[in-house]
Amino acid sequence: MSPSVLEVDGLHKAFGGVQAVKDVSFALSAGELLAMIGPNGAGKSTCFNMLNGQLVPDSGVVRLDGRDIVGLSPRAIWRLGVGRTFQITATFASLSVRENVQMALYSHAGQLGRMLARFGTAKKEEADSLLAQVGMLDQAERSCGVLAYGDLKRVELAMALANSPRLLLMDEPTAGMAPRERVALMELTARLARAQKIAILFTEHDMDVVFGQADHVIVLDRGRLIAGGRPEDVRNNADVRAVYLGSMH
Amino acid sequence: MTFPSFFIQLLNGLTDASSLFLVSAGLSLIFGVTRIVNFAHGSLYMLGLYVAYSLIQALGRSPFGFWTGVILAALVVGVVGVVIEVLVLRRIYRAPELFQLLATFAIVLVVKDAALYLWGSEDLVGPRAPGLAMAVDILGKRMPAYDLLLIAIGPVMLGLLWLLLQRTRWGALVRAATQDREMVGALGVDQAKLFTSVFFVGAMLAGLGGALQIPREPANLDLDLSVIADAFVVTVVGGLGSLPGALLAAILIGVAKAMCIGVGTVRLPGFEVDFSRLVLVVEFVIMGVVLVLRPYGLLGKPPAVARAAASVPPPLRSPRWQTALVWIALLLAAPLVSDDYFAALLIDIACFALFAVSLHFIMGPAGMISFGHAAYFGLGAYAGAVLLKRAGLPMEAAFLLAPFVAAAFALLYGWFCVRLSGVYLAMLTLAFAQITWSIVFQWDSLTSGSNGMIGIWPAAWLSGKTAYYYLAIVCCGLGIAFLWRVLFSPFGYTLRAGRDSPLRAEVIGINVRGFQWMAFVLAGAMAGVAGTVFAFSKGSISPSATSISQSTDGLVMVLLGGVETLTGPVVGAGLFTWLRDVLARETDYWRAVFGLIILAIVVLFPQGLVGGLKALFGRWQERNA
Repeated sequence: MSPSVLEVDGLHKAFGGVQAVKDVSFALSAGELLAMIGPNGAGKSTCFNMLNGQLVPDSGVVRLDGRDIVGLSPRAIWRLGVGRTFQITATFASLSVRENVQMALYSHAGQLGRMLARFGTAKKEEADSLLAQVGMLDQAERSCGVLAYGDLKRVELAMALANSPRLLLMDEPTAGMAPRERVALMELTARLARAQKIAILFTEHDMDVVFGQADHVIVLDRGRLIAGGRPEDVRNNADVRAVYLGSMH
Repeated sequence: MTFPSFFIQLLNGLTDASSLFLVSAGLSLIFGVTRIVNFAHGSLYMLGLYVAYSLIQALGRSPFGFWTGVILAALVVGVVGVVIEVLVLRRIYRAPELFQLLATFAIVLVVKDAALYLWGSEDLVGPRAPGLAMAVDILGKRMPAYDLLLIAIGPVMLGLLWLLLQRTRWGALVRAATQDREMVGALGVDQAKLFTSVFFVGAMLAGLGGALQIPREPANLDLDLSVIADAFVVTVVGGLGSLPGALLAAILIGVAKAMCIGVGTVRLPGFEVDFSRLVLVVEFVIMGVVLVLRPYGLLGKPPAVARAAASVPPPLRSPRWQTALVWIALLLAAPLVSDDYFAALLIDIACFALFAVSLHFIMGPAGMISFGHAAYFGLGAYAGAVLLKRAGLPMEAAFLLAPFVAAAFALLYGWFCVRLSGVYLAMLTLAFAQITWSIVFQWDSLTSGSNGMIGIWPAAWLSGKTAYYYLAIVCCGLGIAFLWRVLFSPFGYTLRAGRDSPLRAEVIGINVRGFQWMAFVLAGAMAGVAGTVFAFSKGSISPSATSISQSTDGLVMVLLGGVETLTGPVVGAGLFTWLRDVLARETDYWRAVFGLIILAIVVLFPQGLVGGLKALFGRWQERNA
């Protein structure tokens, strides 16, 4: 197996007296899709926020291509090639879909400080090719403030791809989409991951998406990692059935 | 300072703290529930003083007359608060936050002129409190008995408010709405009634704070803005929405001011410091320090995140170059057909247009509201004057260098300001502007203090009215064009992106604060250009160029035209300057007329003039399509 893009070792985070994440360790290699699942409140979003620098872990190590990134700011971690999409989408509502992607491209090129250049003309083709990849080209002119939720998720994906990332962190990438759309979006994501050798960590509540697309699955419950492995092994794991799948039936 | 005089100054500080607390508690209560930053709160305090003065005159100077007068005055002001809420604010709760702010500015103007009409422009000295006029002997110093009573009133009112908020159903609703207004609405509480009652209580507290000062402070027409500045500072230092915080902050600031007076001039080896000069600044210094160390005030909490998505600003559209060309041609041709008077008015409009556009630059696209933009206008003006008169530079050099002085101060002040956001940021900008004002006001040897500076005339080749007109139009026009150009550059887009979603901006590698800081400096520099052009066109400059009312004038211009359009601030500046000029020649009550016009616009066009006219035009087009 290729060397890991992301290695997480012994991650801890407590809020007040509540242990949100306890001793979580896992690894992820290029081109691999890893699903992190678990009931609400299991600590998934907290984990994500520690991986891209929005939260600083109490202890533990996060290595990106072997380099410790704990304590770096989100923007520094982005510069190292980590893209992020959010559970509750965050886009620039007063800008158009294309302009949102252009922002990410300008930032990647280090050209945001230009005061006298016109924004609109440069990076248009690059932006359009990213939008075409996620199926949003026909809506490029629309304002992000009026988009449907599922479409905003696609815009976020296009923005995350703008700096040719090594690692994508996708928090519930298909929430708010119709079931068929969900599978289509994750198939697209999986294709991109394999073609561009991107490691992808995602959380998901739709089990069809998880077991259909993920190469590996890890299960979080009350902040602790209780199982991990190939999808079929996790599906048959007794602990997982008890705390997680069991609770759904 | 000896211990007795220290102790007396302490008591003096505590006396001032009581009224300060009452006003601030009302402001905090109203803000907590309605999210309206009520600029007219100082006006309510001022009304409290005037009404109490008249009532005590009518009721007689007996203890009964005095106390009935004070309490009735508070109730009357409470009713005025209800009238304001029902007639104006209730109609615009759904309008953007900034528009509500504009409405409260308009109320300030109307109340000021109403007071001028009813009570005249002379300061009114109130009666001493009957029965409490004597002085009490404390440690060999004399202290008015009334002041000792006032010291007690602050904590007593805090106790009463606490009971009202903790022990009654109304109090529970107020606390709930302060924490989560949407949820209270969703639970079926009648918000209109709640808001009206909160306005009554808040306004009554302001009125009481004013009325209680009647034996200590003459009623005058400048109290509105000076008190609102104090009340903002107290509320922000204590933490928005925290009543104990307001009392703590009021005491801290009251005592600090009294101590500055008490200490007086201190001789240190080599130089002397006159602490009494710090009275005007000390509260703003305290506020600056507190906000940098504790961004939400001493006892405040971070504001709850609004659940519903805030209204999305529409995309910016650049003005059409054809329209721009027509305007440029008209402005260039103007001196051929107009008299000197009209040219002077156009110069004023040009200066204020650039001032307003620079304010809009940080308020709209960059999302940072400033209550103190006059600082940079005034600094540009004074820098030009000082470089010319004190440094002896040629006019051309002073004119070119002055904006850089404004930019340098924007660089310094901005570093602190961009660490905050929302109302706290706005208050900090106000603090820096007031610090600037009081330095300008007091540094006699450099700025001639309150007299202002005169003889700031352009060089000979520019001194003709037409020559200077062209210089002014070109400088201000280029400044506006530059700022607009920047808004459509990657830098400008980054500002809008940072305003729309700081989170997303951060995770695509954008240093939002850094960009905001640079925007602050650009806007400061351009306001500086406007100030410099203005100073040389008048030949004189006074401290009012950096005052709160200059800052609020700028806000009114931007909000009147509409913060969501590019041309709005220019239209607003033109309309404001022209109307003020016309009205001031017709009537002594131009402020009230102006305020009423603004109120009419606010109620009829909640998107600002340009936005509202565009919407009307759009509907007309649809109907005719």
